Amino acid sequence: METRQQRKAAAQGAGPADSRPPASLLKGTDRETLLNYYYQMVLIRYFEEKAGEMYTRARIGGYCHLNLGEEATVVGFCAGLEADDYVYTNYREHGYAICRGISPAVVMAELFGKKTGCSSGRGGSMHLFDLKRRFMGGYGIVGGQLPLAVGAAFALAYRGAREIVACQMGDGTTNGGPFHESLNLAKLYRLPVVFLVVNNQYGMGTRVDQGSAVPDLYRKACAYDMRSERVDGTDLLAVLEAVRTAARIAREEREPSLIEAVSYRFRGHSVVDPDRYRPEDEVRRWRERDPILLYATRLKEAGLMDEATRQELETRAQQEVEEAVRFAEESELPSVEELYDFVYAGEGGR
Amino acid sequence: MAEMTYRQALHDTLREELQRDENVFLIGEEIGRFEGSYKITAGLLQEFGPKRVVDTPICENGFVGLAIGAAMLGLRPIVEIMTINFIALAMDEIVNHAAKIYYMFGGQCPVPLVIRTPGGGGQQLSATHSQNLEVWFAHVPGLKVVAPATPADARGLLRTAVRDDNPVLFLENLALYNTRGEVPEGDYTIPIGKAQVMKEGHDLTIISYSRMAVVALDVARRLEQERQLSIEVVDVRSLRPLDHETVVNSVKKTNRAIIFEEDWRSYGVGAELAATLQEEAFDYLDAPIQRVAGAEVPLPYSKPLEQAALPSARQLVEAVDRLAIRKRRVVYA
Repeated sequence: METRQQRKAAAQGAGPADSRPPASLLKGTDRETLLNYYYQMVLIRYFEEKAGEMYTRARIGGYCHLNLGEEATVVGFCAGLEADDYVYTNYREHGYAICRGISPAVVMAELFGKKTGCSSGRGGSMHLFDLKRRFMGGYGIVGGQLPLAVGAAFALAYRGAREIVACQMGDGTTNGGPFHESLNLAKLYRLPVVFLVVNNQYGMGTRVDQGSAVPDLYRKACAYDMRSERVDGTDLLAVLEAVRTAARIAREEREPSLIEAVSYRFRGHSVVDPDRYRPEDEVRRWRERDPILLYATRLKEAGLMDEATRQELETRAQQEVEEAVRFAEESELPSVEELYDFVYAGEGGR
Repeated sequence: MAEMTYRQALHDTLREELQRDENVFLIGEEIGRFEGSYKITAGLLQEFGPKRVVDTPICENGFVGLAIGAAMLGLRPIVEIMTINFIALAMDEIVNHAAKIYYMFGGQCPVPLVIRTPGGGGQQLSATHSQNLEVWFAHVPGLKVVAPATPADARGLLRTAVRDDNPVLFLENLALYNTRGEVPEGDYTIPIGKAQVMKEGHDLTIISYSRMAVVALDVARRLEQERQLSIEVVDVRSLRPLDHETVVNSVKKTNRAIIFEEDWRSYGVGAELAATLQEEAFDYLDAPIQRVAGAEVPLPYSKPLEQAALPSARQLVEAVDRLAIRKRRVVYA
């Protein structure tokens, strides 16, 4: 548990203290895995920068919300789960989809509205989905995914399965009814679910303390007697450790948890948001805490990643993103003949 | 055949479906220990236990969303919403999620879900407990909406709904629960999207559903005896998908149509049916289509006001008279 001072500082947008995670985690994890986390972070960074660029070049339509600045939270969250766990997210989910194993090419194709996209071009940026990888959807309605995630956890408990459900959301979600109904149900029925609140400190243009009477968001879980904690969302290993612990408790003890990861988005709410509501020095201060740089420094200091390795990983990530764009560009658009496919299940779709 | 109430037909079907498929479970407010506000689920908690009959707190959006999530993982939830009025609290999960998940994610994940809920007025429950909101759902692609009028249809359609891979809103009616009817034996089902001609006739067609279909059948039988009018009564049974063929064929035969509905007239089921008829049977219509529907007020409490607001047999007879007069004019001309 943090000190009151730390909580206050975080609520004011200064972020939690720059705490180091336990060294044991760094030492206990093999180098390849740690480097792969780095790879995933830079892959998301390049992917999202490219998605922003493709949006401005009108290859991508609709809304497009990026994970830029949140890479440590995204990768740490996904890495804390097992491969067969189920994941529900909100609409800022490109990075989560990629980390759960959907190829960047198939995600980019979805953003391009192509038939090869992970939702066959029906969903777009906010509605990525892959049943095989148990990525159970990005959801465009704030809070909409929470009851669904609780229901998926209900189904797992019903069958006595050992998998769990992890459910990501933004800070603004914690003010709405679905959040409170879902936490209550999860605790009441003792369901194996981990809630992750990505507190990037603004719900669109509304600062957390302007929208929430309790700006220490993790404390809201106490209304449901649910275990919860706040972690530094710029620290991949801190997020990973918190999620891994919560996942273990969900799996073994059938107890839900809530984790608040204090984070920051480097750009506006969506690609088209000019971001005029955040003080410049605040944005600058957070950009200096770039989670990718922080993690790179840690790996370097531990002697796990030299400059050549870093460059090699970044080049590979860039190539993967270029390949994703090429795949998306070259993929076919869905045929208009297929407009009515998938309205209803089991009837030729119609 | 066995005679039973609409309530018993629902109860027995739920019980059989729970026995038939381990993935089926019931969830809703007060359905277990309290045995259901209208006792449809009486005794099922004792028989199947709390795993299969799940009492929820009062949080419609939460537990409907929970059911949708469970359906995404292959369970087959049957949700009870105490009355359709409370469904407003669950609109987001039904309209933005249950109806969209199969399509929006490219056909990867069906949502096999039934939401049972009674609508209807006439019990002096006043404005917030007497509504007919089924058109909200019939409007939405991705949902199915059924509204059986008889115990036999309740049973056959509920079986089909539970075994369907899509979200189905199953509309009941408070005033139908104690009505009785013959119910066939055995595991029979009724397809969703098939209307039923309840009574054949050739002078005009009354199209209806749910409780109003029962009233319409009554009126048609009475007018046949009293005035030798031959009225066809069509119960559409499903609002989405809507059986155009049966409705249109009936009106092609009788050339006159009255739509009798308990919901509000504006933008209602009758509006949809009338539009369908003018599109598909325009040349067969000998008179303007009549709509007999609920008065456009929040349903009042006081008995005379409530009765005045609800569509009645008397109003239906008046509509028949309007069409019959026109018919006579045509005949004399």
